[in-house]
Amino acid sequence: MAADFIPYMERTRLYYRAQGFTRDYVWATHDDTPFHTLKKPLNTCRVTLITTAVAHPEIPKPVRKAESIPFSEVPDSFLTDELSWDKETTHTDDRESYFPIESLTALIDDGVIGSLADRFHFIPTQYSHRATIDEDAPAIARACIEDDVDVALLVPI
Amino acid sequence: MTIVIGSAMDIVTHCKVPRYLHNDLPLGNPLGAPDDRASHRYSLLKAFAMTDATSPLVTVSDLRWPGDPDWKSVYNRIDDSNRDQLLKMGEENRRKRAENKAQGLTR
Repeated sequence: MAADFIPYMERTRLYYRAQGFTRDYVWATHDDTPFHTLKKPLNTCRVTLITTAVAHPEIPKPVRKAESIPFSEVPDSFLTDELSWDKETTHTDDRESYFPIESLTALIDDGVIGSLADRFHFIPTQYSHRATIDEDAPAIARACIEDDVDVALLVPI
Repeated sequence: MTIVIGSAMDIVTHCKVPRYLHNDLPLGNPLGAPDDRASHRYSLLKAFAMTDATSPLVTVSDLRWPGDPDWKSVYNRIDDSNRDQLLKMGEENRRKRAENKAQGLTR
């Protein structure tokens, strides 16, 4: 059976046209795919999470920037209302369904991965490619290097 | 090393990422349905299994949405019931953007 993945780009184009927008959004794409192999066993690796869920909603959406936040300060619930997800079909009341810190901790206990890094990272869903590519992504990459991260799980809502 | 876990195949593959685990689920719960810890663990194990890859890799998980089987028709639906509402949303969106810009709330 052919895959029937939702054509999100096409649906989003139509959705915003229906809202009276005349210029379609252009999604980011790259000529090359960055790629690294793992240099050590997975069960010795330090892992972090990168999320689009908002940890500090007091910062206005248009000026949110990448943040690196200690795992000890993970909020019980992130702000997700301002993000685009299927609010008719599901909910985000269960943090683990998009920020799986308990499941990761269990995998450490089971010896699958080594440890959690000191910090997780927030990447804002900015309209501007420039803000994401030139500022936010490099800031998170630098923080991951500082924290000796081996594997980053990027989990966009 | 970065592994993406998400639910938007077209957007993520258009971007081009090193390792992508696709969960074919509604946007909002990329690890699995709410409160389904077994699925969340399963997704993480699938993602970590991709660390062995030696070139860019996309994996499609076999997790399925346990709720409404017609969920794929819901997201960003446009029909006669919401056309007027969508136009109003657009007007409000443009007004808010202009207001933010006037206040210097932009990057």
